[in-house]
Amino acid sequence: MKNIDNPIHKNLQEIMIEMVDVHKSFGELEVLKGIDITIKKGEVVSLIGSSGSGKSTLLRCINHLEKITSGNITVDNIHLNDNKTNIAHIKREVGMVFQQFNLFPHMTVLENIMVAPIHVLKRNKLEVEKEALELLGKVGLLDKKDYYPKKLSGGQQQRVAIARALAMKPKLMLFDEPTSALDPELVGEVLTVMKQVASEGMTMVVVTHEMNFARDVADRVIFMVDGKIEEQGCPKKVLTNPKSSKLAAFLGLKNNLEKVVN
Amino acid sequence: MLDFSLVTDFLPFMVKASWITLKLTLFSTIFGLILGLFVALMKISKVKIIRLIADFYLWIIRGTPMLVQLFLIYYGLPQVGIELSPMVAAVIALGINSAAYIAEIYRGGIMSISKGQIEAAESLGMSYFLQMRKVILPQALRISLPALGNQAIMMLKDSSLASLVTVSELLMVSQRYAASNYAFIEFYLVAAGFYLVMTTFFTFILNRVERRMSVSDM
Repeated sequence: MKNIDNPIHKNLQEIMIEMVDVHKSFGELEVLKGIDITIKKGEVVSLIGSSGSGKSTLLRCINHLEKITSGNITVDNIHLNDNKTNIAHIKREVGMVFQQFNLFPHMTVLENIMVAPIHVLKRNKLEVEKEALELLGKVGLLDKKDYYPKKLSGGQQQRVAIARALAMKPKLMLFDEPTSALDPELVGEVLTVMKQVASEGMTMVVVTHEMNFARDVADRVIFMVDGKIEEQGCPKKVLTNPKSSKLAAFLGLKNNLEKVVN
Repeated sequence: MLDFSLVTDFLPFMVKASWITLKLTLFSTIFGLILGLFVALMKISKVKIIRLIADFYLWIIRGTPMLVQLFLIYYGLPQVGIELSPMVAAVIALGINSAAYIAEIYRGGIMSISKGQIEAAESLGMSYFLQMRKVILPQALRISLPALGNQAIMMLKDSSLASLVTVSELLMVSQRYAASNYAFIEFYLVAAGFYLVMTTFFTFILNRVERRMSVSDM
Protein backbone atom coordinates (compact mmCIF):
# COMPACT_ATOMS: atom_id res chain seq x y z
CA MET A 1 0.00 0.00 0.00
CA LYS A 2 1.90 2.96 -1.21
CA ASN A 3 0.93 6.48 -0.55
CA ILE A 4 1.94 7.53 -3.95
CA ASP A 5 -0.96 5.48 -5.25
CA ASN A 6 -3.33 7.14 -2.84
CA PRO A 7 -5.55 9.60 -4.75
CA ILE A 8 -5.23 12.13 -1.97
CA HIS A 9 -1.58 12.57 -2.88
CA LYS A 10 -2.18 13.22 -6.51
CA ASN A 11 -2.70 16.66 -7.95
CA LEU A 12 -1.87 18.28 -4.66
CA GLN A 13 0.68 20.74 -5.79
CA GLU A 14 0.41 23.08 -2.85
CA ILE A 15 3.63 23.55 -0.96
CA MET A 16 3.93 22.73 2.75
CA ILE A 17 7.60 23.34 3.41
CA GLU A 18 10.04 25.37 1.42
CA MET A 19 13.67 25.61 2.46
CA VAL A 20 16.01 27.85 0.53
CA ASP A 21 19.76 27.77 1.06
CA VAL A 22 19.44 26.85 4.73
CA HIS A 23 22.62 26.96 6.77
CA LYS A 24 23.02 26.02 10.40
CA SER A 25 26.14 26.18 12.52
CA PHE A 26 26.77 25.22 16.11
CA GLY A 27 29.63 27.57 16.95
CA GLU A 28 32.39 26.78 14.50
CA LEU A 29 30.79 23.59 13.31
CA GLU A 30 28.64 23.94 10.23
CA VAL A 31 26.01 21.21 10.33
CA LEU A 32 23.80 22.28 7.43
CA LYS A 33 25.61 23.61 4.39
CA GLY A 34 22.98 25.03 2.10
CA ILE A 35 19.82 22.94 1.94
CA ASP A 36 17.09 23.48 -0.65
CA ILE A 37 13.98 21.38 -0.22
CA THR A 38 10.38 21.76 -1.29
CA ILE A 39 7.83 19.44 0.28
CA LYS A 40 4.27 19.32 -1.00
CA LYS A 41 1.16 18.96 1.07
CA GLY A 42 0.43 15.32 1.74
CA GLU A 43 3.90 14.21 0.84
CA VAL A 44 5.77 11.70 3.01
CA VAL A 45 9.49 12.29 2.99
CA SER A 46 12.13 10.10 4.59
CA LEU A 47 15.38 11.71 5.60
CA ILE A 48 18.19 9.21 5.74
CA GLY A 49 21.91 9.42 6.27
CA SER A 50 24.56 8.38 8.75
CA SER A 51 24.74 10.06 12.15
CA GLY A 52 26.25 13.51 11.97
CA SER A 53 24.95 14.06 8.45
CA GLY A 54 22.63 16.80 9.73
CA LYS A 55 19.29 15.08 9.12
CA SER A 56 17.98 15.53 12.67
CA THR A 57 19.15 19.13 12.76
CA LEU A 58 17.38 19.77 9.49
CA LEU A 59 14.17 18.33 10.92
CA ARG A 60 14.48 20.40 14.09
CA CYS A 61 14.89 23.58 12.05
CA ILE A 62 11.47 23.07 10.52
CA ASN A 63 9.66 23.74 13.80
CA HIS A 64 12.27 26.12 15.09
CA LEU A 65 13.67 23.88 17.81
CA GLU A 66 16.91 24.95 16.17
CA LYS A 67 17.31 28.42 14.81
CA ILE A 68 18.87 28.53 11.37
CA THR A 69 22.00 30.58 10.80
CA SER A 70 21.03 31.77 7.35
CA GLY A 71 18.59 31.02 4.55
CA ASN A 72 14.82 30.86 4.47
CA ILE A 73 12.21 28.42 5.69
CA THR A 74 8.51 28.74 4.90
CA VAL A 75 6.01 26.39 6.48
CA ASP A 76 2.43 26.46 5.22
CA ASN A 77 3.08 29.89 3.71
CA ILE A 78 4.26 31.27 7.01
CA HIS A 79 7.73 32.65 7.04
CA LEU A 80 9.85 31.20 9.83
CA ASN A 81 11.88 34.24 10.69
CA ASP A 82 12.37 35.84 14.06
CA ASN A 83 8.78 36.99 14.25
CA LYS A 84 7.49 35.50 17.49
CA THR A 85 3.87 35.28 16.36
CA ASN A 86 4.91 33.29 13.31
CA ILE A 87 7.04 30.91 15.34
CA ALA A 88 4.30 30.33 17.90
CA HIS A 89 1.86 29.75 15.06
CA ILE A 90 4.09 27.23 13.35
CA LYS A 91 4.77 25.33 16.55
CA ARG A 92 1.04 24.79 16.94
CA GLU A 93 0.72 23.59 13.36
CA VAL A 94 3.68 21.25 13.33
CA GLY A 95 3.60 18.08 15.39
CA MET A 96 6.79 16.40 16.49
CA VAL A 97 7.63 12.90 17.64
CA PHE A 98 10.97 12.35 19.35
CA GLN A 99 13.34 9.41 19.58
CA GLN A 100 13.04 9.41 23.37
CA PHE A 101 9.22 9.84 23.34
CA ASN A 102 9.42 12.70 25.85
CA LEU A 103 6.03 12.03 27.37
CA PHE A 104 5.32 14.06 30.48
CA PRO A 105 5.96 11.58 33.32
CA HIS A 106 3.75 13.33 35.86
CA MET A 107 0.65 13.10 33.68
CA THR A 108 -1.44 10.11 32.72
CA VAL A 109 -1.64 9.04 29.10
CA LEU A 110 -4.91 10.90 28.64
CA GLU A 111 -3.58 14.05 30.34
CA ASN A 112 -0.51 13.95 28.11
CA ILE A 113 -2.73 14.06 25.06
CA MET A 114 -5.15 16.67 26.40
CA VAL A 115 -2.81 19.21 27.96
CA ALA A 116 -1.82 21.10 24.81
CA PRO A 117 -5.24 21.32 23.09
CA ILE A 118 -6.77 22.58 26.33
CA HIS A 119 -4.09 25.03 27.39
CA VAL A 120 -2.53 26.05 24.08
CA LEU A 121 -5.56 26.02 21.81
CA LYS A 122 -7.92 26.87 24.70
CA ARG A 123 -10.42 24.32 23.50
CA ASN A 124 -13.35 22.88 25.40
CA LYS A 125 -12.24 20.12 27.75
CA LEU A 126 -15.04 17.69 26.97
CA GLU A 127 -14.53 17.95 23.23
CA VAL A 128 -10.80 17.49 23.65
CA GLU A 129 -11.34 14.45 25.82
CA LYS A 130 -13.64 12.90 23.27
CA GLU A 131 -11.05 13.38 20.52
CA ALA A 132 -8.24 12.20 22.77
CA LEU A 133 -10.10 8.96 23.44
CA GLU A 134 -10.67 8.51 19.71
CA LEU A 135 -6.97 9.03 19.07
CA LEU A 136 -6.09 6.52 21.77
CA GLY A 137 -8.42 4.06 20.14
CA LYS A 138 -6.69 4.68 16.85
CA VAL A 139 -3.25 3.92 18.27
CA GLY A 140 -4.72 0.94 20.13
CA LEU A 141 -4.16 2.14 23.67
CA LEU A 142 -7.59 3.08 24.91
CA ASP A 143 -7.26 0.68 27.85
CA LYS A 144 -4.09 2.48 28.96
CA LYS A 145 -5.61 5.93 29.20
CA ASP A 146 -5.18 6.29 32.97
CA TYR A 147 -1.68 4.80 33.11
CA TYR A 148 1.42 6.84 33.79
CA PRO A 149 4.00 6.68 30.99
CA LYS A 150 6.56 4.74 33.01
CA LYS A 151 4.15 1.81 33.17
CA LEU A 152 4.12 1.53 29.38
CA SER A 153 6.56 -0.16 27.02
CA GLY A 154 8.64 1.99 24.71
CA GLY A 155 6.42 1.15 21.76
CA GLN A 156 3.30 2.09 23.69
CA GLN A 157 4.90 5.34 24.87
CA GLN A 158 5.80 6.25 21.32
CA ARG A 159 2.26 5.56 20.15
CA VAL A 160 0.97 7.86 22.90
CA ALA A 161 3.48 10.48 21.77
CA ILE A 162 2.10 10.24 18.23
CA ALA A 163 -1.45 10.61 19.55
CA ARG A 164 -0.35 13.59 21.63
CA ALA A 165 1.07 15.31 18.57
CA LEU A 166 -2.01 14.47 16.49
CA ALA A 167 -4.29 15.94 19.14
CA MET A 168 -3.11 19.38 18.12
CA LYS A 169 -4.48 18.66 14.62
CA PRO A 170 -1.18 19.53 12.99
CA LYS A 171 -0.80 20.18 9.30
CA LEU A 172 2.59 18.57 9.30
CA MET A 173 4.23 15.87 11.41
CA LEU A 174 7.95 15.56 12.05
CA PHE A 175 9.41 12.27 13.28
CA ASP A 176 12.94 12.26 14.67
CA GLU A 177 14.13 8.64 14.60
CA PRO A 178 10.88 7.48 16.19
CA THR A 179 11.88 3.82 16.40
CA SER A 180 15.58 4.09 17.20
CA ALA A 181 15.13 3.81 20.98
CA LEU A 182 12.84 0.80 20.73
CA ASP A 183 13.51 -2.88 21.18
CA PRO A 184 13.31 -4.55 17.77
CA GLU A 185 10.05 -6.36 18.55
CA LEU A 186 8.34 -3.03 19.34
CA VAL A 187 9.31 -1.23 16.13
CA GLY A 188 6.47 -2.73 14.12
CA GLU A 189 3.61 -1.38 16.21
CA VAL A 190 4.95 2.17 15.91
CA LEU A 191 5.53 1.87 12.17
CA THR A 192 1.98 0.59 11.75
CA VAL A 193 0.61 3.71 13.41
CA MET A 194 2.87 5.90 11.29
CA LYS A 195 1.71 4.18 8.12
CA GLN A 196 -1.87 4.80 9.14
CA VAL A 197 -1.17 8.48 9.73
CA ALA A 198 0.49 8.67 6.33
CA SER A 199 -2.43 6.95 4.63
CA GLU A 200 -4.75 9.62 6.00
CA GLY A 201 -2.93 12.23 3.96
CA MET A 202 -0.71 13.79 6.61
CA THR A 203 2.39 15.57 5.39
CA MET A 204 5.26 13.81 7.13
CA VAL A 205 8.99 14.27 7.38
CA VAL A 206 10.61 11.23 8.95
CA VAL A 207 14.22 10.88 9.99
CA THR A 208 14.66 7.14 10.08
CA HIS A 209 16.96 4.18 9.85
CA GLU A 210 14.03 1.97 8.91
CA MET A 211 14.62 1.39 5.21
CA ASN A 212 11.46 -0.67 5.02
CA PHE A 213 9.43 2.31 6.13
CA ALA A 214 11.22 4.52 3.63
CA ARG A 215 10.56 2.01 0.86
CA ASP A 216 6.94 1.20 1.70
CA VAL A 217 5.54 4.49 2.89
CA ALA A 218 7.66 7.41 1.74
CA ASP A 219 6.94 9.28 -1.48
CA ARG A 220 10.46 10.57 -1.52
CA VAL A 221 13.74 9.69 0.11
CA ILE A 222 16.34 12.33 0.80
CA PHE A 223 19.84 11.11 1.54
CA MET A 224 22.10 13.51 3.38
CA VAL A 225 25.86 13.52 3.63
CA ASP A 226 27.88 16.02 5.63
CA GLY A 227 25.19 18.71 5.82
CA LYS A 228 24.17 18.52 2.19
CA ILE A 229 21.64 16.62 0.14
CA GLU A 230 23.56 13.92 -1.68
CA GLU A 231 20.71 12.28 -3.50
CA GLN A 232 16.93 12.27 -3.49
CA GLY A 233 14.07 10.74 -5.35
CA CYS A 234 11.37 8.11 -5.34
CA PRO A 235 12.31 5.35 -2.89
CA LYS A 236 12.00 2.58 -5.46
CA LYS A 237 14.73 4.11 -7.58
CA VAL A 238 16.91 5.65 -4.97
CA LEU A 239 17.01 2.72 -2.59
CA THR A 240 17.58 0.01 -5.15
CA ASN A 241 19.61 1.76 -7.77
CA PRO A 242 21.32 4.77 -6.27
CA LYS A 243 23.41 7.09 -8.40
CA SER A 244 25.59 8.17 -5.52
CA SER A 245 28.28 5.77 -4.42
CA LYS A 246 27.96 7.12 -0.88
CA LEU A 247 24.30 6.16 -0.80
CA ALA A 248 25.14 2.74 -2.17
CA ALA A 249 27.68 2.30 0.60
CA PHE A 250 25.17 3.56 3.18
CA LEU A 251 22.61 1.06 1.96
CA GLY A 252 25.21 -1.67 1.95
CA LEU A 253 24.49 -2.60 -1.64
CA LYS A 254 27.10 -5.12 -2.51
CA ASN A 255 28.07 -4.50 -6.09
CA ASN A 256 27.89 -0.76 -5.69
CA LEU A 257 30.03 -1.08 -2.63
CA GLU A 258 32.69 -2.73 -4.69
CA LYS A 259 32.51 0.17 -7.08
CA VAL A 260 33.29 2.48 -4.20
CA VAL A 261 36.17 0.40 -3.00
CA ASN A 262 37.76 0.14 -6.41
CA MET B 1 17.93 17.92 92.27
CA LEU B 2 15.92 18.09 89.11
CA ASP B 3 12.28 18.87 89.69
CA PHE B 4 10.12 18.45 86.65
CA SER B 5 6.92 18.94 88.68
CA LEU B 6 7.70 22.64 88.39
CA VAL B 7 7.34 22.41 84.65
CA THR B 8 3.94 20.75 84.68
CA ASP B 9 2.31 23.91 85.94
CA PHE B 10 3.62 25.73 82.93
CA LEU B 11 2.97 23.05 80.34
CA PRO B 12 -0.22 24.64 78.93
CA PHE B 13 1.74 27.83 78.28
CA MET B 14 4.51 25.90 76.61
CA VAL B 15 2.01 24.12 74.39
CA LYS B 16 0.58 27.48 73.43
CA ALA B 17 4.08 28.77 72.72
CA SER B 18 4.72 25.71 70.55
CA TRP B 19 1.68 26.64 68.56
CA ILE B 20 3.23 30.06 67.95
CA THR B 21 6.43 28.33 66.87
CA LEU B 22 4.45 26.21 64.42
CA LYS B 23 2.62 29.23 63.04
CA LEU B 24 5.88 31.11 62.66
CA THR B 25 7.40 28.14 60.85
CA LEU B 26 4.40 27.70 58.59
CA PHE B 27 4.14 31.34 57.55
CA SER B 28 7.88 31.69 57.00
CA THR B 29 7.99 28.48 54.98
CA ILE B 30 5.13 29.56 52.74
CA PHE B 31 6.73 32.96 52.28
CA GLY B 32 10.07 31.32 51.58
CA LEU B 33 8.57 28.85 49.09
CA ILE B 34 6.91 31.64 47.10
CA LEU B 35 9.80 34.10 47.20
CA GLY B 36 12.25 31.27 46.51
CA LEU B 37 10.35 30.35 43.37
CA PHE B 38 10.62 33.89 42.06
CA VAL B 39 14.33 34.00 42.84
CA ALA B 40 14.85 30.62 41.14
CA LEU B 41 13.02 31.79 38.01
CA MET B 42 15.10 34.96 38.05
CA LYS B 43 18.27 32.89 38.34
CA ILE B 44 17.45 30.93 35.19
CA SER B 45 16.22 33.95 33.27
CA LYS B 46 17.69 34.65 29.85
CA VAL B 47 17.97 38.33 30.77
CA LYS B 48 21.33 39.00 32.35
CA ILE B 49 20.27 41.90 34.54
CA ILE B 50 17.52 39.78 36.13
CA ARG B 51 20.03 37.04 36.86
CA LEU B 52 22.35 39.60 38.42
CA ILE B 53 19.60 40.90 40.70
CA ALA B 54 18.96 37.33 41.89
CA ASP B 55 22.69 36.78 42.43
CA PHE B 56 22.90 39.97 44.44
CA TYR B 57 20.01 38.84 46.63
CA LEU B 58 21.59 35.44 47.24
CA TRP B 59 24.95 37.04 47.94
CA ILE B 60 23.57 39.37 50.60
CA ILE B 61 21.24 36.90 52.29
CA ARG B 62 23.61 33.97 52.39
CA GLY B 63 26.61 36.09 53.28
CA THR B 64 25.20 37.67 56.44
CA PRO B 65 23.87 36.11 59.66
CA MET B 66 20.14 35.67 59.86
CA LEU B 67 20.14 37.23 63.31
CA VAL B 68 21.65 40.41 61.92
CA GLN B 69 18.97 40.50 59.23
CA LEU B 70 16.30 39.96 61.86
CA PHE B 71 17.64 42.78 64.04
CA LEU B 72 17.83 45.08 61.05
CA ILE B 73 14.22 44.38 60.19
CA TYR B 74 12.82 44.54 63.71
CA TYR B 75 15.04 47.13 65.40
CA GLY B 76 16.42 48.94 62.36
CA LEU B 77 13.37 49.57 60.19
CA PRO B 78 11.47 51.64 62.82
CA GLN B 79 14.28 54.17 62.47
CA VAL B 80 13.08 54.84 58.91
CA GLY B 81 9.47 54.78 59.94
CA ILE B 82 8.60 51.13 59.27
CA GLU B 83 7.35 49.44 62.40
CA LEU B 84 6.57 45.77 62.26
CA SER B 85 5.14 43.49 64.89
CA PRO B 86 7.67 40.97 66.24
CA MET B 87 5.84 38.15 64.50
CA VAL B 88 5.78 39.87 61.10
CA ALA B 89 9.43 40.87 61.41
CA ALA B 90 10.37 37.29 62.25
CA VAL B 91 8.35 35.84 59.36
CA ILE B 92 10.01 38.25 56.92
CA ALA B 93 13.51 37.55 58.22
CA LEU B 94 13.05 33.78 58.24
CA GLY B 95 11.26 33.89 54.88
CA ILE B 96 13.80 35.95 52.94
CA ASN B 97 16.53 33.84 54.44
CA SER B 98 15.11 30.46 53.58
CA ALA B 99 14.04 31.78 50.15
CA ALA B 100 17.72 32.06 49.28
CA TYR B 101 18.27 28.38 50.00
CA ILE B 102 14.93 27.28 48.62
CA ALA B 103 15.69 29.09 45.36
CA GLU B 104 18.78 26.96 44.89
CA ILE B 105 16.79 23.82 45.64
CA TYR B 106 14.19 24.73 43.03
CA ARG B 107 16.88 25.63 40.54
CA GLY B 108 18.50 22.24 41.00
CA GLY B 109 15.12 20.62 40.40
CA ILE B 110 14.44 22.68 37.30
CA MET B 111 17.90 21.99 35.87
CA SER B 112 17.40 18.27 36.34
CA ILE B 113 14.40 18.19 33.99
CA SER B 114 15.59 16.75 30.70
CA LYS B 115 15.86 18.97 27.65
CA GLY B 116 13.53 16.60 25.87
CA GLN B 117 10.67 17.57 28.18
CA ILE B 118 11.11 21.22 27.29
CA GLU B 119 11.37 20.42 23.58
CA ALA B 120 8.23 18.33 23.71
CA ALA B 121 6.36 21.13 25.47
CA GLU B 122 7.73 23.65 22.99
CA SER B 123 6.80 21.54 19.99
CA LEU B 124 3.24 21.39 21.34
CA GLY B 125 3.15 25.17 21.11
CA MET B 126 3.39 25.88 24.83
CA SER B 127 4.58 29.31 25.85
CA TYR B 128 7.41 29.68 28.36
CA PHE B 129 4.90 30.35 31.10
CA LEU B 130 2.80 27.32 30.21
CA GLN B 131 5.86 25.07 29.95
CA MET B 132 6.86 26.14 33.44
CA ARG B 133 3.40 25.74 34.91
CA LYS B 134 2.39 22.45 33.32
CA VAL B 135 5.58 20.58 32.57
CA ILE B 136 8.70 21.83 34.34
CA LEU B 137 7.63 23.03 37.77
CA PRO B 138 5.36 20.08 38.64
CA GLN B 139 8.28 17.74 38.00
CA ALA B 140 10.88 20.02 39.56
CA LEU B 141 8.81 20.39 42.73
CA ARG B 142 8.58 16.65 43.15
CA ILE B 143 12.30 16.29 42.71
CA SER B 144 12.89 19.14 45.18
CA LEU B 145 10.53 17.80 47.81
CA PRO B 146 13.01 15.99 50.07
CA ALA B 147 15.33 18.99 50.15
CA LEU B 148 12.40 21.36 50.72
CA GLY B 149 11.32 19.18 53.64
CA ASN B 150 14.75 19.52 55.22
CA GLN B 151 14.49 23.23 54.75
CA ALA B 152 11.15 23.30 56.58
CA ILE B 153 12.65 21.38 59.49
CA MET B 154 15.57 23.80 59.62
CA MET B 155 13.05 26.61 59.64
CA LEU B 156 11.30 25.11 62.63
CA LYS B 157 14.55 25.13 64.54
CA ASP B 158 15.63 28.55 63.28
CA SER B 159 12.32 29.98 64.41
CA SER B 160 13.77 29.97 67.94
CA LEU B 161 15.81 33.00 66.87
CA ALA B 162 12.54 34.93 66.96
CA SER B 163 12.78 34.79 70.76
CA LEU B 164 15.38 37.54 70.41
CA VAL B 165 12.81 39.95 68.98
CA THR B 166 10.22 39.20 71.67
CA VAL B 167 8.03 36.74 69.79
CA SER B 168 6.58 34.60 72.55
CA GLU B 169 7.43 31.34 70.88
CA LEU B 170 8.62 28.19 72.59
CA LEU B 171 12.18 29.17 73.42
CA MET B 172 11.24 32.65 74.60
CA VAL B 173 8.59 31.30 76.95
CA SER B 174 10.82 28.51 78.25
CA GLN B 175 13.55 31.04 78.91
CA ARG B 176 11.20 33.20 80.91
CA TYR B 177 9.97 30.35 83.12
CA ALA B 178 13.41 28.86 83.46
CA ALA B 179 14.76 32.09 84.83
CA SER B 180 11.87 32.87 87.13
CA ASN B 181 11.88 29.37 88.62
CA TYR B 182 15.62 28.95 88.52
CA ALA B 183 15.06 25.61 86.78
CA PHE B 184 17.07 25.90 83.59
CA ILE B 185 17.75 22.24 82.93
CA GLU B 186 14.12 21.28 83.43
CA PHE B 187 12.58 23.92 81.21
CA TYR B 188 15.19 23.74 78.45
CA LEU B 189 15.03 19.95 78.37
CA VAL B 190 11.27 20.10 78.06
CA ALA B 191 11.58 22.76 75.35
CA ALA B 192 14.05 20.55 73.48
CA GLY B 193 11.55 17.70 73.82
CA PHE B 194 8.83 19.86 72.33
CA TYR B 195 11.03 20.77 69.40
CA LEU B 196 11.91 17.13 68.90
CA VAL B 197 8.27 16.12 68.85
CA MET B 198 7.52 18.79 66.24
CA THR B 199 10.45 17.95 63.95
CA THR B 200 9.62 14.25 64.21
CA PHE B 201 6.04 15.00 63.26
CA PHE B 202 7.25 17.10 60.31
CA THR B 203 9.54 14.32 59.13
CA PHE B 204 6.73 11.80 59.39
CA ILE B 205 4.38 13.96 57.31
CA LEU B 206 7.06 14.65 54.72
CA ASN B 207 7.87 10.98 54.32
CA ARG B 208 4.20 10.23 53.72
CA VAL B 209 3.89 13.00 51.14
CA GLU B 210 7.06 11.89 49.36
CA ARG B 211 5.89 8.33 49.18
CA ARG B 212 2.52 9.36 47.78
CA MET B 213 4.13 11.58 45.18
CA SER B 214 6.47 8.86 43.98
CA VAL B 215 3.81 6.19 43.54
CA SER B 216 2.21 7.86 40.59
CA ASP B 217 5.07 8.79 38.38
CA MET B 218 8.62 8.97 37.12
